[in-house]
Amino acid sequence: MIDRTVLKEHFVKWVLVAFALSSLLFLFLIFAFILGEGLPLFLKVGAKKIIFGMKWAPTKGYFGIFPMIISSFLVTLGALTIGAPLGLSCAIYLSEYSGKRMKMLLKPAIELLAGIPSVVFGFLGVIYIVPLVRNYLGGSGFSLISTSLVLGVMILPTIISISFDALVSVPKTYREASAAMGATKWQTIYKVIIPSAKSGILASFILGMGRAIGETMAVIMIAGNALKIPTSLLDPLRTLTGNIALELAYATGDHRLALFSTGVVLMIIIMALNYIANFGIKRKIAK
Amino acid sequence: MRTNPRIINTLVRWGLNAQAYFTVAILVVIIGIIFFKGFPQVNFGFILSFPQDMGRHGGIFPAIVGTIQLALLSILLATPLGVGTAIFLTEYTRESAFTKLIRFGVESLAGIPSILYGLFGFIFFVIKLRMGWSLLAGVLTLTIMILPTIIRTSEEAIRAVPRQLRIVSYSLSASKWETIKKVVLPAAMPGILTGIMLSIGRAVGETAAIIFTMGSSLRLPLSLMESGRTMAVHFYILAREGISMEKAYGTAVVLVLSILFINIIAYYIMNKTIARYS
Repeated sequence: MIDRTVLKEHFVKWVLVAFALSSLLFLFLIFAFILGEGLPLFLKVGAKKIIFGMKWAPTKGYFGIFPMIISSFLVTLGALTIGAPLGLSCAIYLSEYSGKRMKMLLKPAIELLAGIPSVVFGFLGVIYIVPLVRNYLGGSGFSLISTSLVLGVMILPTIISISFDALVSVPKTYREASAAMGATKWQTIYKVIIPSAKSGILASFILGMGRAIGETMAVIMIAGNALKIPTSLLDPLRTLTGNIALELAYATGDHRLALFSTGVVLMIIIMALNYIANFGIKRKIAK
Repeated sequence: MRTNPRIINTLVRWGLNAQAYFTVAILVVIIGIIFFKGFPQVNFGFILSFPQDMGRHGGIFPAIVGTIQLALLSILLATPLGVGTAIFLTEYTRESAFTKLIRFGVESLAGIPSILYGLFGFIFFVIKLRMGWSLLAGVLTLTIMILPTIIRTSEEAIRAVPRQLRIVSYSLSASKWETIKKVVLPAAMPGILTGIMLSIGRAVGETAAIIFTMGSSLRLPLSLMESGRTMAVHFYILAREGISMEKAYGTAVVLVLSILFINIIAYYIMNKTIARYS
């Protein structure tokens, strides 16, 4: 007869294996269903007409999302232009300069900033940033620059926390060796610490990009959602995420399939960014 | 002529200091505006009464209840799955191709933006499984979405439990599962709780994934198959459709305050744990 404890141990183990497999199952389901809905239109209309098509009129058979792909990249670059220098500076300050008290203030502040829902960012953007841009720079205010500003702040926590981890993991001996050669603190940071933390810092930028490109609710409130490629910082634009969120509630037939095709493109971009970021981080650990 | 490196050093220090304060200032300004504009709107009537005329008048009671239902039910589902996965990854296997595969799955889930969860939940739960816009569809979508957070934080917490505790337990002839249940999990509990609190915070603030799965009915969801509205969704609709700025600010205060409260508890628990282990 088999011991009951042994039986129970086996039972628990298999239950846990099943739990662990559930993550993979969910990932598979998400892929399968988004691809399953999104790919047929690529086959029917042609990938070229969707990805490079300029005209989006899904009820009339035009499914071009090229302007949205470009717009998504533009807001992401804009967000990075604002978020990357500010975020990296904060991370350097936190890891190299700040005293214990400032650290006790900054770290929770950054975590709380990460917790603020994106609709709140969108709302404050509409109430404060959009009129500011309209009054001082012109245009409607619903623009590339407003969206970039808000997204730049939203990706700060991601950039700060990941590049902070990278900076802190630079061995102390590097700093000591550099200081021993008479380098000032900034020379040490600039010539020794940042180069050794480079891959982690890059990974933080790329993950920040991933966050910006995937952001939805704040973007549809601020971006203006116009269907063309913006030609200036003051032009409104519509991102891939915005396209899905704006029309999913009422779309039917090929129109709905086209939104899933938009989702497929978004998913491929995000997966590529995550792959690059994880590769960068892994290389850092290997070193 | 070269600039003195010491002068550059000082200037850089000031610059970085200013940027750090600027980041804190952003948070203070955001919270300040929300509180300053929103607090006058909030009273017991606002919290406990039903909205009237699409939310133009009245309170946000159903949205508060909807938020609590959604957050608690998805935590109830995600916690056993997530902690179970973490136990499996830390206690039952060595690093292998299999654990790498599972980690890849978890990392990928964590990277997927919420609008894609919304898209998936809409086509899978709402349409294919015929749940319709319902609390259940929202809960299931959100469960998958918060799972990576719970797995990661639990895994870290379980790994931080000292090996000696396990060895002592085994030496008292406890089995593996007994050791995990009575020794490892209690020791890792604060870390696991931190993950749970952070996930609740995320559930409360989520919009994109919820609006296409749970819908936005203003009625109080009385069963799993009914549609409902969370505070975040209610706030979004009030603000975007320009229904009422006052009520939007009022909702924002309750929403942001709940999230801040939840996150502060999470960090309090975490800091206490860090203090204990170091």
